[in-house]
Amino acid sequence: MTGYVLRRLVALLPVLLIVSTVGFFLIYLTPGDPAAVMLGPDATAEEIENLRTQMGLNRPLHVQLLHWYSRTLRGDLGDSIFLQRPVRQAIIERLEPTVLLTSMSLFVAVAVGVPAGVVSAVRRNSWMDQVAMGVALFGVSVPGFWLGLNLILFFSVYLGLFPVAGYEPVAQSVVGALRSLVLPALTLGIGGSALIARMTRSSMLEVLGQDFVRTARAKGNQERRVILGHALRNAMIPTVTVIGLALGGLLAGAIVTETVFVIPGVGRLVINSVARRDYPVIQGVLMFIASIYVLVNLFIDVIYVYLDPRVKYA
Amino acid sequence: MREARLSGRAAPLLVPPRPAAGQPGMWAAALRAVGRSRSALIGGTIVLLIVLVAIFASLLSPYDPQEIDVSRRLVGPRSAHPFGTDNLGRDILSRVIHGTRISLSVGGLVVGCSAGAGIVLGLLAGYSSHLDRVLMRIMDGLMAFPTTLLAIALMAALGARLSNVIIALAIVFTPRVARVVRSVTLVLRELDYVQAAQALGARDSRVLLRHVLPNCMAPVIVQGTFTFAESVLAEAALSFLGVGLPPYIPSWGTIITVGRQFMQTAWWITVFPGMAILVSVLGLNLLGDGLRDLADPRLRGRLG
Repeated sequence: MTGYVLRRLVALLPVLLIVSTVGFFLIYLTPGDPAAVMLGPDATAEEIENLRTQMGLNRPLHVQLLHWYSRTLRGDLGDSIFLQRPVRQAIIERLEPTVLLTSMSLFVAVAVGVPAGVVSAVRRNSWMDQVAMGVALFGVSVPGFWLGLNLILFFSVYLGLFPVAGYEPVAQSVVGALRSLVLPALTLGIGGSALIARMTRSSMLEVLGQDFVRTARAKGNQERRVILGHALRNAMIPTVTVIGLALGGLLAGAIVTETVFVIPGVGRLVINSVARRDYPVIQGVLMFIASIYVLVNLFIDVIYVYLDPRVKYA
Repeated sequence: MREARLSGRAAPLLVPPRPAAGQPGMWAAALRAVGRSRSALIGGTIVLLIVLVAIFASLLSPYDPQEIDVSRRLVGPRSAHPFGTDNLGRDILSRVIHGTRISLSVGGLVVGCSAGAGIVLGLLAGYSSHLDRVLMRIMDGLMAFPTTLLAIALMAALGARLSNVIIALAIVFTPRVARVVRSVTLVLRELDYVQAAQALGARDSRVLLRHVLPNCMAPVIVQGTFTFAESVLAEAALSFLGVGLPPYIPSWGTIITVGRQFMQTAWWITVFPGMAILVSVLGLNLLGDGLRDLADPRLRGRLG
């Protein structure tokens, strides 16, 4: 087990190396001199030259790349030009709302998606199945930002139940923080739950047709126990993978949702940095979120061992 | 692989013998197959209608989508303007109709580019174990980025332009196609008919293009339909965030960005383009679900 985790961690290195490489070459995609683009049209030649030196753009490419690897793999993401502070610090300062939002929407996605998928599969082709799958199809097709805008209009503007926008930090009020994230979490969670419901349904249907389910019934188990104890446990294996993949969608969706609800999280940081041409921040957040995503999916692969004893990691 | 599945339970009743690719009757058979799947039929009809709207956009729109008339600004839905007007007095219906063109062009080109690149990379990776290591490592690395995030970062570097949206999204979606094609190629490579072709002295390029590629097409088309749906959503999201298309281009995303400022007084500016996105993506997803079930008889009736 420990050996397996260790091997998976080692296998992670090439992926992280590519993540870091993509981050590095991002600024070389800009048309023209990155330093000039970042400083805008008003910058003097001297200022541009200073920034080039500061960012190491004057050194040979392979030297820059090696320096970049040693820096990013140690977790140093460079300095923001606009914010005048390390990118890592800028991310940490804005992490709280993003982490809360992503966890809350993951909770919504699983809490709605898994039961909906199970009911749809057990009562296949019933009205409940048709309604659930209709809603799920809507959920995967609706643009998140548009759904968010409509939720604001209905629940905040007309009904006045939630704040229209903004975020109250946990340090000020835990209830306030959760209240300001209810609508964003719903916005994000609906898409995720649709994905999870569809996956749970199809894997449940596959499992329900198998011999061990019939055996479980033949033993005289209650239907409830057959469904939850025998079928769902096996059906959860592909679902857990989808939950891991859905997390990527939620992390990226948080960027859009934070913009809709004006939440000062990592997503807003990226979007504001795009407007300011603050490339180090964009590169930093890109690598940061990709690393988290990769690590979470590794964690999920490890969870498999507990869910499915058939999977052996010798 | 497909033959093995067809001989499985219940399958022979559902699937008549298929004419081989290129034979007359292939298209008729394909159409009949689509007609048997309810989701493919509904989805296909929606997609067809939207394509027609895009083609005849100029004929269908009552006004020039760019025509500014301040005397009729923020007018609600009425017979002269069924979808109302925006803050500059531009007709929303005409802008939504022209937005169909933008969305479908972006979606179609992204699917075309990512399928082209993905097929080449997938075939190479599946066929040559040397290339496989390098190519799939790179694909895994690219797939480590959540799609929207990578698209935003690429757009930040490339600059907000229509062509760049297509390039960025094509880069984002290529690894998925490559993975699908690779996995099919890995299976096909071991099959007798491919080995027979190799034994007869067929060149690698011929084996790949004539014997392997045609059998990859079904999963690629299914994947392409879902990619199309995701590209439409992604373009709208990028444009909404201000990193996609410039605001003067009438795309569904940019119309919503403008409408956002007037949501409380003029709901119609955001609601109608949003519905347009919803209906198109729904149609594409339905079509994708239907095609997937048709391509994989084991799943028939289970999904969607």
